[in-house]
Amino acid sequence: MMSRLGVGVAALVLSVSASYGADLTVGFVTSLSGPGASIGIPYEKGVLAGHAYAAKVGDVNIKLIRLDDASDPSAATRNARKLIEEEKVDVLMGTSGVPGTIAMAVVAAETKTPMISLTPSSQPQSANGQWLISIPQPPPLMVAVVVDRMKKAGVKKAAYIGFSDSWGDLVYDGLMKNVAGSAIQVVTNERYARADTSVAGQTLKIIAAHPDAVITGGSGTPGALPYLALAERGFKGGLYGTPALINPDFIRVGGQSVEGVICSTGPVIVAEQLPDSNPTKKVSLAFRDIYQKTNNASTSDAFSAYSFDAWLVLLDAAKRALAKAQPGTPEFHEAFKDAMLSAKEVVGTHGVYNFKPGSFYGVDERALVIVQLDHGKWKFLP
Amino acid sequence: MTPEIALLLAQDGISTGAIYVLVALGLVLVFLVTRVIFVPFGDVVGYAALTLAALQLKQMPGTVWLVLTLAVLATAMETWALVRAGEASRLPRAVLVYAVLPIVPAVLVFFAAGHDLPMWLGIVLTLAIVLPISPLLYRIAFRPLADASVLVLLIVAVAVHFAMSGMALIFFGPEGFRTQPMTDAFFNVGPIGVSGQSLLIVGSSALFSFLLFVMFERTLIGKALRATAVNRLGARLVGIMPQTTGAIAFMLASALAGISGILIGPVATLYYDSGFLIGLKAFVGAIIGGLVSYPATAVGAILVGLLESYAAFWDSAFKEVLVFGALIPVLIWQSLMSRGGVEEEIEEEEGDG
Repeated sequence: MMSRLGVGVAALVLSVSASYGADLTVGFVTSLSGPGASIGIPYEKGVLAGHAYAAKVGDVNIKLIRLDDASDPSAATRNARKLIEEEKVDVLMGTSGVPGTIAMAVVAAETKTPMISLTPSSQPQSANGQWLISIPQPPPLMVAVVVDRMKKAGVKKAAYIGFSDSWGDLVYDGLMKNVAGSAIQVVTNERYARADTSVAGQTLKIIAAHPDAVITGGSGTPGALPYLALAERGFKGGLYGTPALINPDFIRVGGQSVEGVICSTGPVIVAEQLPDSNPTKKVSLAFRDIYQKTNNASTSDAFSAYSFDAWLVLLDAAKRALAKAQPGTPEFHEAFKDAMLSAKEVVGTHGVYNFKPGSFYGVDERALVIVQLDHGKWKFLP
Repeated sequence: MTPEIALLLAQDGISTGAIYVLVALGLVLVFLVTRVIFVPFGDVVGYAALTLAALQLKQMPGTVWLVLTLAVLATAMETWALVRAGEASRLPRAVLVYAVLPIVPAVLVFFAAGHDLPMWLGIVLTLAIVLPISPLLYRIAFRPLADASVLVLLIVAVAVHFAMSGMALIFFGPEGFRTQPMTDAFFNVGPIGVSGQSLLIVGSSALFSFLLFVMFERTLIGKALRATAVNRLGARLVGIMPQTTGAIAFMLASALAGISGILIGPVATLYYDSGFLIGLKAFVGAIIGGLVSYPATAVGAILVGLLESYAAFWDSAFKEVLVFGALIPVLIWQSLMSRGGVEEEIEEEEGDG
């Protein structure tokens, strides 16, 4: 009898200590190779900085497992399943491409695992409800802020040129939605492919329409092409763009022709120039500091900051979820999901996050500032 | 559309078309002599432009490693073939051709990279290092299959293209590059302005096309190339080695690719994979020429450039559709006119081989 009791007590003690020792496991997927590697690598550096910033919530350790999906959505899906089934992760994070993220979100919803997206993605409808939040600014908001600036600058006729893909469509739709009911008239909808060598025809059409300003829907180095062609034809109007252009290689390829381009972007890009009253400034500077220590390099991109913000949202939600359940249990997944969907005023580097059920995005106008390219450097325009 | 815009578009179309002319001539040349549809041709154009860009940014162009790898592979294959055939006495010559000649420019570029080079030196080095790429690819991938059908050669060419563009991603990264303009000159001709760069492109294209013509008409090598194109077996009977003419055809193609890459570098942002699209559009031009006629190819390539330029103005979202859609009427027209001429010739040759 006594020995049985002893075994029972010992088992109880063991189970308690086991649950006390349980780590919170985070599964992180990004593209370290393949065509998406140029943005996948900064995402990983950002999450490493996050882990170095805080590896514990209260007494609970956070265990970070990182996998490469080689820019392939089917590999991202396999990684998500592996992380959930073999590593029993509590939270998924990733990946650096929208198609891969959506593929992972399907697995997350099916297995009831909360997931934090690092790209502007949404989760396909699921019977299990919403298990995904997205950290970045939604594309229509990115354009809305730029359109506001164009209105202020007194632009009456705006010309549009963008990629002939979904990004070009997103920016164009955002533009049309935001100019509705204003004095701005969009006079062209020109398209070009990422690999095009010339946009001379499109540029001539734009110039023939005599716009006051041109707004582009491109990204990275291919995004510089319209500005180069416009400069070649001596266009003197305003030049506008989206955060997708904020990339050192864009400035390298664009050179003199992209001087004066006005873009919206997350405030972290110009953190040093922000007024002290900006809520994100302190966090951004702390991020710069920890990034430098972790990766031994300075940061100038927006992507690593998205990972870092995802980490901050994770810390906030985990703190509240841990009060309700132990990591590694379905109850914890449920509690974490509820906590992340009710995040209030979590200050990050890109903005202040307020999530609520029914919406994937948690940022508002505070997550975007206007910057202008001045002598090869992005300058904050108040 | 005002007449002024029409002129500007024509100017843009002709200068793009002039690049396609050089590439298309190379494609036709390689096809006629070796029956290979050289899909990686565009990649070589991309390598040339990106090599020059890397040299100008004082970086080490990955082309060095590509050429070294290819040279080692080709030398090993050639040595193995000679040893097996019991012709070890020809080894020194093989080592000279397949190892020493390609490695010399690679070493030169290796030491020149990172220094401030004058424009002309950068161009010369780029041409020198791009030149061995195609002949080495020919030795490694195509010569062992010289008697295979056109379709097998095409499949191999596609495989080589994927390998080449994958390696370009490793060597140059996913971002685009532009080289410095060779001239800032700008001329006002009537209502429109003409940039010195586009004159340079059209001029070089015309010059090299003319040089190619002179070579075919006046030199022994050119005549040997033409003979191989007309009849491989007959050429062999009069003492022309198809392997040698094949290597020469690929070398000329490499030179044309190098020149096109250097010319297009300052006017277009090029990526590791943009060469393929240039090659594909030039191929449309070559098809207009029926893959047999050099003058018709040149006209076809210019037409593709013009079509692209006007299509970009009329409806930019459908530009590629219009350019590649133009293939359909051309193919119908040719199958009506030639009554299977090209195919028959090829089948005949295959029968001979």
